[in-house]
Amino acid sequence: MNDLMVGLDKKKRKKIGQAKNRLINNSKSDRVILFINKMLLIFVVIIVLVPLLYVLIGSFLQPQVLLTQGISFNPEHWSLDGYRRIFNDGSILRGFLNSIMYATGFTVISVGVTILAGYSLSVDGLVGKKFFMVFFLFTMFFNGGMVPTYLLVKELGLINTVWAVILPGAIGVWNIILARTYFKGLPNELKEAARIDGASDVKIFLSIILPLSKPIIFVLALYAFIGQWNSYFQAMIYLEDRSLYPLQLILREILIQNEVQPGMIADQLARAEMQRVAEMIKYSAIVVSSLPLLIMYPFFQKYFEKGVMVGSLK
Amino acid sequence: MAEKPGHSIISIQKNKRSFEYIRKNFILYLFLAPAVMLVFIFNYIPMYGVTIAFKDFSPIKGILNSEWVGFEHFTSFLQSPNFQQIFMNTLKLSTFGLLLGFPVPVILALMLNQVRRAGIKKHIQLIIYAPHFISVVVIVGMLFIFLSPAGPLNNILSVFTDKPISFMSDPNYFRTIFIVSGIWQGAGFASIIYLAALSNTDPQLHDAATLDGASLLQRIWHIDIQVLKPTMTVLFILAVGGIMSVGFEKAYLLQTDMNLPTSEIIDTYVYKRGLQAGDWSFGAAVGLFNSVISLALLVIVNYVVKKLNGETLY
Repeated sequence: MNDLMVGLDKKKRKKIGQAKNRLINNSKSDRVILFINKMLLIFVVIIVLVPLLYVLIGSFLQPQVLLTQGISFNPEHWSLDGYRRIFNDGSILRGFLNSIMYATGFTVISVGVTILAGYSLSVDGLVGKKFFMVFFLFTMFFNGGMVPTYLLVKELGLINTVWAVILPGAIGVWNIILARTYFKGLPNELKEAARIDGASDVKIFLSIILPLSKPIIFVLALYAFIGQWNSYFQAMIYLEDRSLYPLQLILREILIQNEVQPGMIADQLARAEMQRVAEMIKYSAIVVSSLPLLIMYPFFQKYFEKGVMVGSLK
Repeated sequence: MAEKPGHSIISIQKNKRSFEYIRKNFILYLFLAPAVMLVFIFNYIPMYGVTIAFKDFSPIKGILNSEWVGFEHFTSFLQSPNFQQIFMNTLKLSTFGLLLGFPVPVILALMLNQVRRAGIKKHIQLIIYAPHFISVVVIVGMLFIFLSPAGPLNNILSVFTDKPISFMSDPNYFRTIFIVSGIWQGAGFASIIYLAALSNTDPQLHDAATLDGASLLQRIWHIDIQVLKPTMTVLFILAVGGIMSVGFEKAYLLQTDMNLPTSEIIDTYVYKRGLQAGDWSFGAAVGLFNSVISLALLVIVNYVVKKLNGETLY
């Protein structure tokens, strides 16, 4: 159904475009403005790209070249030293694996619970619906804050466990509302027909609702996974054991606290040299940690846009 | 206050019917259970825990047995010498951020909307959305690289100045760094929602306006911006409601000992006093102070906007 809409939209847009072309060509000042608009957009694209490319290219340069001359395209200055050092040290890899575990666990729990609750709340005539809605919505306006939440997690004995990272933020009330809105939009006749055929609630949910809900599940999962992957704060306050650190905390040590991981400078270096190497490692660490998402996201662009759109429904 | 007999019979019948419904549809309540439990544990229990803001909490005595001290922590925060600074830092950072950052996605969307070739538009979107997917740790790490005294920005500036500027340790630059990097990262992605609204514009409006001799700028002003108004209103209310809780994760990472005069905001202060220094009650009190102001802001702005043009959030 959505694809149909997109197709229609495109056609419509094309038509509008042609109409615009026809009419706009009459006005000279409009063409000047469109030209300025194009130049400004190119400028925007450059501003976005330059820092990213700088880090990417810098990560392949020798440290002394990078720090004294800046970016250089001379092949003699190329080096994979930064990457070699990163992979020599286990912490980035371990952080990577930890992050995959946290993000996957978070996604499964968060999306599963959200979908189930959203479905129940979408059923017409659910007794007590109003109570549950108020129960959920109230948390959007008021919360206990950082300290009481921390004390609770501590009281539950979750400090320094995976659960402290995953559970406290797993339920976004906003997401439950989104799921509910989506389920409400599904045609009621399907459910009715299945019910007349004698299907139970569980069966209806599993065999009719869920297959129709792939888009919303996918969108919720995508946002949950990336949100967890990129976050550091929960992990920073709840985890003490370094072997449990997610990637972002390891990156924080390297990029912001300027701590050099022992495995990365296994060779004995002079102090000045070590500083240069530490600087170099930052570039490679950024690339290694950010590239997977940046490469993958264009394939999912459609879903991200959809996610924003679903979110804009009142 | 005795009820009429008729009423109680009806309410008994109603209760009976509700009970019957719940028994029949218990599976729906089973679906709701995990979400209700998680929200109860991680959202409602901390609301109870916030009572420690009015107590002298000690972990040994527990929440119940700690002594009540009334508003002592609130007054000591309000009277402390750095209250004004921290409060104003929070307010300035988010207000300037909102004023500067809010229009950018709108302008980007208006600009992109004028790009008529779908392929080019798609590519520009792909690029300007990308920074959204970079984690806050990496963004701050990049800022430290670019803005360091020996970094690329100072290399460029060395043409104009003889001494490198230490951006990261100068309190005068903190807000600019925070806000500009926020726009760099988020404005592109935030424009999605406005672009969607624009694509739903009735093309006849533009055609009619053009026939009447309206220039491109006039049409953008009188049609496109009017189309965007409702979306802008909702997002603005949400942003103002969040003014007291802006960008804590990033502010904390950007803090250096030197830039604290401008970079210390309420949330980072709560973290340091409440969790790091173990000043539980004081931290909880400052956090509560913050939540109450946020809530009040949200209610006030919603009221004002409702009075002004009939759009409302809830």
